Amino acid sequence: MWAERQGLEVVRAGALTTVQDLGRPGHAHLGVPRSGALDEAAHRLANRVLGNPESAATLETTVTGCAVRALRATVAVVTGAPCPVTLDGRAAPWGRTVRVPAGSVLAVGTASYGVRSYVGFAGGIAVEPVLGSRATDLLSGLGPEPLRDGAPLPLGTPPDPGPVPGAPDAAPWQAPPRELVLPVRYGPRADWFTPEALRTLTARTFQVSSASNRIGLRLEGPPLERAYDGELPSEGMPLGAVQVPPSGRPVVFLADHPTTGGYPVIGVVPPEALCAAAQAAPGTAARFVPAGR
Amino acid sequence: MTTPPGRPTAIGTASRAGAAGPAVHPVGRRGLLVELAGAEATEALHAELLRRRADGTLPPVREIVPGARTVLLDGFESPEAVRRLAAELPGWAVPPLAGGTGAVVEIPIRYDGPDLADVAALWGVEVDQVARIHAATEFRVAFCGFAPGFGYLTGLAEKHHVPRRANPRTKVPAGAVGLAGEYTGVYPRSSPGGWQLIGTAPDTVLWDTDRTPAALLAPGTRVRFLPVEPPPLTPAPASPSSPVPPPPPARPPSPAPTAPPAPTTPPVSAPPPPPVDASGPHTAQYPGTPDKGQGPPSPPPNSPSAPSGRQPQPQPRGYVRVG
Repeated sequence: MWAERQGLEVVRAGALTTVQDLGRPGHAHLGVPRSGALDEAAHRLANRVLGNPESAATLETTVTGCAVRALRATVAVVTGAPCPVTLDGRAAPWGRTVRVPAGSVLAVGTASYGVRSYVGFAGGIAVEPVLGSRATDLLSGLGPEPLRDGAPLPLGTPPDPGPVPGAPDAAPWQAPPRELVLPVRYGPRADWFTPEALRTLTARTFQVSSASNRIGLRLEGPPLERAYDGELPSEGMPLGAVQVPPSGRPVVFLADHPTTGGYPVIGVVPPEALCAAAQAAPGTAARFVPAGR
Repeated sequence: MTTPPGRPTAIGTASRAGAAGPAVHPVGRRGLLVELAGAEATEALHAELLRRRADGTLPPVREIVPGARTVLLDGFESPEAVRRLAAELPGWAVPPLAGGTGAVVEIPIRYDGPDLADVAALWGVEVDQVARIHAATEFRVAFCGFAPGFGYLTGLAEKHHVPRRANPRTKVPAGAVGLAGEYTGVYPRSSPGGWQLIGTAPDTVLWDTDRTPAALLAPGTRVRFLPVEPPPLTPAPASPSSPVPPPPPARPPSPAPTAPPAPTTPPVSAPPPPPVDASGPHTAQYPGTPDKGQGPPSPPPNSPSAPSGRQPQPQPRGYVRVG
């Protein structure tokens, strides 16, 4: 049993590495954020390459990568932000499966582009789920702690037979765009803003702020002026909400966003566009393009 | 300031669903935000949505999230489902909230909060009456937010609505029972907060992920506070600085308090008490706390994001953990 459960030991946790899966949707009415991998496509792809179910938990790094020692032989893959990968100090491929013998150290380096790499293992990270998910939710503290040096990480049972026919054997990566383009559909509170602010949102360029995190992509740029100063009674906030706090600088809500809020939402970015937001480094130019009213 | 658009102006208390139809706002392509005239209409619509979901007559939707005057429906399977529902929903006949049915969650309380005297003065009653009135009220969880399991409870009569404190406390203990606007809430963990504290619920675990259900309070749950000892005849420790009920602080009637306690990021060093600003979110006043969106309780509203800081830094955990 012990041999089944043991899996990895964290050698270098990196700046912020968390366990992520597809999150815990369906509990927002209790104040529970959805959480889950920010670049969900990269997370799913890592699992497909390994033959895992897409819901298996992976590690999400933040800029500086991480390193783990395998306590038993396993197979890993790194997707998401491209980065150098090494096995016991020797170069290993990014985006393809890597066999990791027991005792070897898999190191994921600093991202060459983008922000978040995903490190998947055959069988997935097998920490105890909370409300059906193993994801770390940094807003409300649900799920496992972020990785710490020396901490153990259990692995699940490897998939049998492994990658199914038709699964990719390598992860594609498009070169990162020079600017982040986010489709936005106005509403539900577009009428709280001046016509000028609605034009500004889609006509001007913003920059990704270094204060961005798993809760929200914060943008710097021209402030969006409200037509009303009132406080909005708390209301439900969807994933992808473009919320405008009193500073006028929009925040695009990501997976760990609060479930209710009191600042108006000028528009909503569709979930599939948020993977790119998850990889936009601070300073990246960002534009919103209208996706219809 | 002009009145915000939408349907925020409930006229008097005539706010049954149906009296003024709901307004439906788009939320991306897979969601809707339904806005109503008042808390009661909102709770009635929420109950109706749950009934229809249970019946199988509501198109499948991932989240149904009530707010103070709205219900968010997010994650429909198709834009067509959204369009159909948006067209149909304003015509629904929504029955008024049924009272008196279903189980009631009882929360033991000691009415020993430091703001009892202030609340008594605001209500125009003797101090011991505050406990009697509060304990005689049947509350409902209007909505949750701010932290897993935190419920905004409605039920107090309008004349018993109170503003948040002009000077939020930098630390409110877990279990404190507070009032703000039309709401009563129980702080799930120690945090800064601006609600008027009237008591303590020492033994109630609002959120426990090892329990099923994890949340003691969900939208629609009925709640009563059970005094564990008779209401004191003399005021419990009132605000130290004001043994005598101070005159009600001059405050603009504050808009609905949108936030409960604030999950805030504990600033690196203890924050100085925020400057007085009774008018709005006290957010951005804690150094180091970026204004973020939302407004849970008051103070640092949004703290959610507050924890943010810089991207690569792990946020301190635990301060948000409930329980």
